[in-house]
Amino acid sequence: MITKAAIRAEAARLMDFFRAAGAVPTEADILQPAQTLLDLYGEDIRARAYVTQDPLKGEMMLRPDFTVPVVLAHLESGCDGARYTYAGEVFRQQEEGAGRASEYIQVGYELFSADDPAAADAEVFALFQQVLLPLGLRAATGDIGILMAAVQGLATSAPRKAALLRHIWRPHRFRALIERYSGRAPVPSARACLLEEMAAGRKADDLIAAAGTLIGQRGADEIRERIAALVADAAEPPLSEGESALLDEILELRETLPMVLERLRDLEVDMPALGPAVARFAARIEALDAAGVDVDELAFEGSYGRSTMEYYDGFIFGFYAPAVPDRAPVASGGRYDALTRALGKGREHPAVGGVIRPELMLEIRKEGA
Amino acid sequence: MSIKLGVPSKGRLMDKTFAWFARRGITLARTGSAREYAGAVEGVEGVELVLLSAGEIPRELAAGRIHLGVTGTDLVRERLPRWEAAVEEVRPMGFGHADLVLAVPAAWVDVNTLDDLDAVAAQFRARHGLRLRIATKYHRLVRDFLRTAGVADYQLVDSQGATEGTIKNETAEAIADITSTGETLRANHLKVLDDGLVLRSQATLWKSRVASGNGAVLAALLDRLETPSPAG
Repeated sequence: MITKAAIRAEAARLMDFFRAAGAVPTEADILQPAQTLLDLYGEDIRARAYVTQDPLKGEMMLRPDFTVPVVLAHLESGCDGARYTYAGEVFRQQEEGAGRASEYIQVGYELFSADDPAAADAEVFALFQQVLLPLGLRAATGDIGILMAAVQGLATSAPRKAALLRHIWRPHRFRALIERYSGRAPVPSARACLLEEMAAGRKADDLIAAAGTLIGQRGADEIRERIAALVADAAEPPLSEGESALLDEILELRETLPMVLERLRDLEVDMPALGPAVARFAARIEALDAAGVDVDELAFEGSYGRSTMEYYDGFIFGFYAPAVPDRAPVASGGRYDALTRALGKGREHPAVGGVIRPELMLEIRKEGA
Repeated sequence: MSIKLGVPSKGRLMDKTFAWFARRGITLARTGSAREYAGAVEGVEGVELVLLSAGEIPRELAAGRIHLGVTGTDLVRERLPRWEAAVEEVRPMGFGHADLVLAVPAAWVDVNTLDDLDAVAAQFRARHGLRLRIATKYHRLVRDFLRTAGVADYQLVDSQGATEGTIKNETAEAIADITSTGETLRANHLKVLDDGLVLRSQATLWKSRVASGNGAVLAALLDRLETPSPAG
């Protein structure tokens, strides 16, 4: 049995380590306004976080993580660059696996820096690797930025790219969109009928009127606008087989970093738009190497971090205990520029960070002893 | 030691449950005044009747306070996380049919599938600055369904009754509700999405996986329920 006192002591040790790396200790309220989190993560967060009701403030959530409050506090501070560390409980509902903890301590390190993202990524990863080194964990890395760049590089319309980017973190819907844009999935019959009517010269307003009384807040102008978008989309040529194969290839990448770089340089020949993302990837490898990370042994997975619902949009990493494959990662983190953009009302504050679960560290040490 | 059978305490669901058991030679009856929720069981030994609101039966089964219970699939799946671990389906009873469906205004000629709903949710959020509102009382079922389908940018707003009216009242843009015929939906200018069937529900006899008690009585009762009388 690992006591809370032991976990707190381990957390304090980790915080000292991060403080020695230049981080300023910070804190966050346990009760967070639910609306901010719901607007960011959508309704799914309700299944993961504990929601409670405040008579005056409305819906509140027990913090499911520190990232959002730390970003908000950073924005409030008006500073440009900063390093933070924190430790405290987070709360997650665990409907699926009753064996997983619903309340546990996290220790985090977050780095806000507008210059040299590769160096920032490497700094965070190298710190985590250093402090976790004695545990013999398996590290996994990924880069959502490469997938995003590939989507941006597709020879297709802006609305299609926007739809794919919106669903980068929902692999199932992303796949369905690719199937449809490639012409491999049939057009739903109701959609086909609508397109036929429009092609036959019917007016959108007549179709709306014929369908019944329009009720609710979504107006006829919005319906007309979407019909126009559907008509335009129907005229869009399908994604080429080469392009959808390229996306598949990126998603299926599973190699060490240098090998992945080789592969990406090949893909870049077919899709030059990958260039900047590949350059960032190469710069990160150099920075990791300079920070003392053995990049030749570091694994990369093209689809890593797509279903974590964490808003990571660049470099992403996790550390796992090899003996217990289905255990939660001991540590995880990544770059979340998009989240700072969403919370910063459009202004980006590039940031990368991660969290460690001290309790899992103690468990692994105990098993190894 | 007797075992407890939970049955809906009023309305058509109670009447049809009584009739279903009667066809299997077991008489369930309310005792005392019409206001008193007490019941009696004849035709089988050692079974105690507990009259409850259909909505409470899942919870009572999961807590092991009743051994058997009659309630809808919708209520079991909505109210019990990991329902398979808490209860076992003994048999669907062939009445109380109801579908939980997603519906939108019929005049939304551009929306017929979940794919459309997702696209419109993004459009609506960009235009109105709020996530598209879906009124329902089946939060868990609808959220799981939409997550599996990969629909984003929506929010669930709670509606415990008259859900079909929420769109006209502009407190929601879409609804997820139980329908048996679709008549109410049409009358409220709504249509069901082609792939918007969240759950097909009917009255079902459930067995608690948690309740401990007289296994012999339970086995005897379940055996009796195997064979309806031909006269039924």
